[in-house]
Amino acid sequence: MKVSNSYIGRPMERVEDLRMVRGKGTYVADVNRPGQLYAVILRSSVAHGKIRSFDATKALELPGVRHVLTAGDLGTVVPRIPLRLQPLPELEPFHQPVLADQKVRYVGEPVAVVIADSAAVAEDALEHIDLHIDVLPAITNREQAEARRAVLFENHGSNTAITWKAFRSSADAVEEAFKTADYVRREQFKIQRHAAMFMEPRGFVAEWNEAAGKLTVWGAAKTAWHNRRVLAAALGLDVEAVDLIEVDVGGGFGSRGEFYPEDYLIPAAAKLVRRPVKWTEDRREHMMSANHARDIECDVEIAVSREGRFIGLRGQIWADIGAYLRTNGSVGPRNVAQYMSGPYCFENIDLKSSMLTTNKTPSGTYRGPGRFETDFIRERLIDIVAKDLKIDRVELRRRNLVADSQMPYPLASITPYDSSTELDSGDYHAVFDLCMKEFGWAEKSKLSGKLIDGYYHGFAVGSFIEGGAAGPKEDARLVLETNGLLSVYLGSSSVGQGLETIMAQIAADATELPYEKITINHGSTSHVKDGYGAYHSRSTVMGGSAILLAAEKLKVRIREVAAARFACSPDDVTIDGEQVEHSSKYLQLADLSDTPLEVEASFFNKKYTWAYGTQAAHVAVDPGTGHVKVIDYLSVEDVGRMINPLTLHGQAIGSIVQGLGGAFLEHLVYDEEGQLLTGSFADYLMPTASDFPIIRSITLELKPCPNNPLGAKGAGEGGLIPVGGIMANAVADALSHLNVQPMELPLSPPRIWQLVQAAEVDRATT
Amino acid sequence: MQVEFELNGKSVSAEVEARTTLADCIRDDLRQTGTHLGCEHGVCGACTVLVNGDAVRSCLMLAVQVCGEKVVTVEGLSGDELSPLQASFRKHHALQCGFCTPGFITTAHALLTNEPDADEDRVRDVLSGNLCRCTGYVPIVEAVLDARSHYARRGGK
Repeated sequence: MKVSNSYIGRPMERVEDLRMVRGKGTYVADVNRPGQLYAVILRSSVAHGKIRSFDATKALELPGVRHVLTAGDLGTVVPRIPLRLQPLPELEPFHQPVLADQKVRYVGEPVAVVIADSAAVAEDALEHIDLHIDVLPAITNREQAEARRAVLFENHGSNTAITWKAFRSSADAVEEAFKTADYVRREQFKIQRHAAMFMEPRGFVAEWNEAAGKLTVWGAAKTAWHNRRVLAAALGLDVEAVDLIEVDVGGGFGSRGEFYPEDYLIPAAAKLVRRPVKWTEDRREHMMSANHARDIECDVEIAVSREGRFIGLRGQIWADIGAYLRTNGSVGPRNVAQYMSGPYCFENIDLKSSMLTTNKTPSGTYRGPGRFETDFIRERLIDIVAKDLKIDRVELRRRNLVADSQMPYPLASITPYDSSTELDSGDYHAVFDLCMKEFGWAEKSKLSGKLIDGYYHGFAVGSFIEGGAAGPKEDARLVLETNGLLSVYLGSSSVGQGLETIMAQIAADATELPYEKITINHGSTSHVKDGYGAYHSRSTVMGGSAILLAAEKLKVRIREVAAARFACSPDDVTIDGEQVEHSSKYLQLADLSDTPLEVEASFFNKKYTWAYGTQAAHVAVDPGTGHVKVIDYLSVEDVGRMINPLTLHGQAIGSIVQGLGGAFLEHLVYDEEGQLLTGSFADYLMPTASDFPIIRSITLELKPCPNNPLGAKGAGEGGLIPVGGIMANAVADALSHLNVQPMELPLSPPRIWQLVQAAEVDRATT
Repeated sequence: MQVEFELNGKSVSAEVEARTTLADCIRDDLRQTGTHLGCEHGVCGACTVLVNGDAVRSCLMLAVQVCGEKVVTVEGLSGDELSPLQASFRKHHALQCGFCTPGFITTAHALLTNEPDADEDRVRDVLSGNLCRCTGYVPIVEAVLDARSHYARRGGK
């Protein structure tokens, strides 16, 4: 009997849940090592200043305090954190030192590490450290950054780190296109600083084995192999002497797992005191130390023909990256420029994106980096154009979507870290039309602008693209154990997206072994030689494709071993589920070999996948309070191929609600002195269960990706990408009688209320 | 100081400082790590446990306050089999990273024990005191609503 597995595409309940719903998951704060000490970090309470003096004498006198680690413990030069992505030499001045090096540049910057018998004692000791900082003027916005009231990096001499340039066609052609266009419109937009804000605080447990010369660190996430290389180099160790272990990870969304100062400090502390050291951040600390995101403003111009054909985009973007350039800090600012055209045809693009240093927490990627921002800008522009040109906004979008026949369609190229990419495949019009139909646009939108029970009703639609599956490669190692079970080891990592379940589905189909007999191991540096991890919606596509390749190798190996047993040619062996066959003689895989059969394969990829979709929404706006109710929200997305519809649907819904948080609620606010005013969940508002009850998502397998054997496109970020633009357009539609045009996020009640007030004053005076 | 209380049906004792929170006592001293700390200021709800049946934030309660009381954590809600609520969370994919899940399950268990016929608005209202960053709440609400019948059959116990 030849079995044929078909786990891919089935809504399998997750393996992970069996431990997680019982409270039996193991997160890094649940890891304890014998004899461990606890670390607490002294952070700067000043946004910008020079360290005049530091004295930990009194802290060291406190019972239970073992050591206070300072820059002096770190050798002659304080290690700086290299960039993981876009590592341009001209960006080196902005790398963050692992401890403040003579200057502090943001509130929350690590200055010293207290190591004590308990976290409580270490926290007590913080109060006894005398730290004097000579305060310098804080740079907290673009105007101050450009006016150079102070300069964060004196040797650089300016607060502009670098400017990215995105272009399609030539500068002359863009100039000509705007000169000759029937219609141009120039506007300014702002997207507020907010953050990934995953629920599990960051943490590490580090242990140095002096006899073996080996360092083990629990708490790895996202990019363990890269971080191991960075950590080993900074500590002067061989890469093989360092193991980073991934346990259960409580959310990532781009932010967790990048190399932060603590990724160095905690292992360094463990090595110094020769005891295991544990560190767990608290929420306030998280809000001032983990990557912030977004914080973009721009001045952009769109050119359109009389018939409503998009011709060009040009302008300037400013990205407030905070005090240092973090490992992936260029991605968001770059993406805003490179992907502003989204799923629409723009033949002429000339966009510059300048990264400004300010005295705020450094920023990095957060789900849909740069894309959430740029979709807000583009979708707002499109609705404004539609209104001006009196073209239906649905029709205007349809007219400009990239057509199936134009695939692959090149997007803007970017420089100085040159990259270009092209949309791989898709029927954007089909998905757009399906969204309109399923949403019931034709009927519902008749309520557009209507006042019902004190609320004005508004509608909006927008389309998006989501890049995924970044290369260069991912590794998979398959081990057929002597008892017939299959162990899979992966370079992909889990940040809570259900990797164990998804990868077991892929491995079961690829090997034809029972799903229950497969275990998935991922994210730890001991599993495979090299790994890349979980970012850019790449885990499933890259790790999954590597499993497919490894499975083919495993079959070859099984045939070879079976052939020796049967005394036949490997070609004459048939693999049939859990057994092998030759001339009606059978052998169970569990009886095949006295040693495990092991194979390893790498999947290489240079081309991004591009999932895409359209979303539509219905809102109701209370003009008296500025409150916006989301009445209905629908997302339709084509991901090429689904591995697990249950988990993918979960990603889509969760992502949309995060986007709604960014559209309406979440805002990291600083005062003039660079103090973070939103340091708790009472101040930083996240979506709750009662905020957005109706969110719908439809996922399609319309156009499989041509660039990987699974046909899958990276997905999971997409839902969030167009949400800000769609919500602002829906609010504008609801308040169209007042011509309210939101140009800035979040769409908080005070902001909407102020726009309504200003519009009513305008109306009264004209 | 010494605290003695009932944790998941067993008598336990621990030597704690007066300032030790119930959460830290359960996690660090008694090594029951299913109760998670997401904010330590009483907003996220990940640390929710049941004290004499009431859902409370163990990060805002001191260990010394539960002397002689009955405390149940997420680990205490099931034996070998998943509880109906836990199984419903799995069925509806009501968790992704799983970090907030123990707090949602304890909160929902307290709600359905007292109000097995809670409607969607009531469920959303009660759960709005817990933060989840992954799911968007839609599947969590579905999971809780779907588990109601098990509580109704038990007569609210």
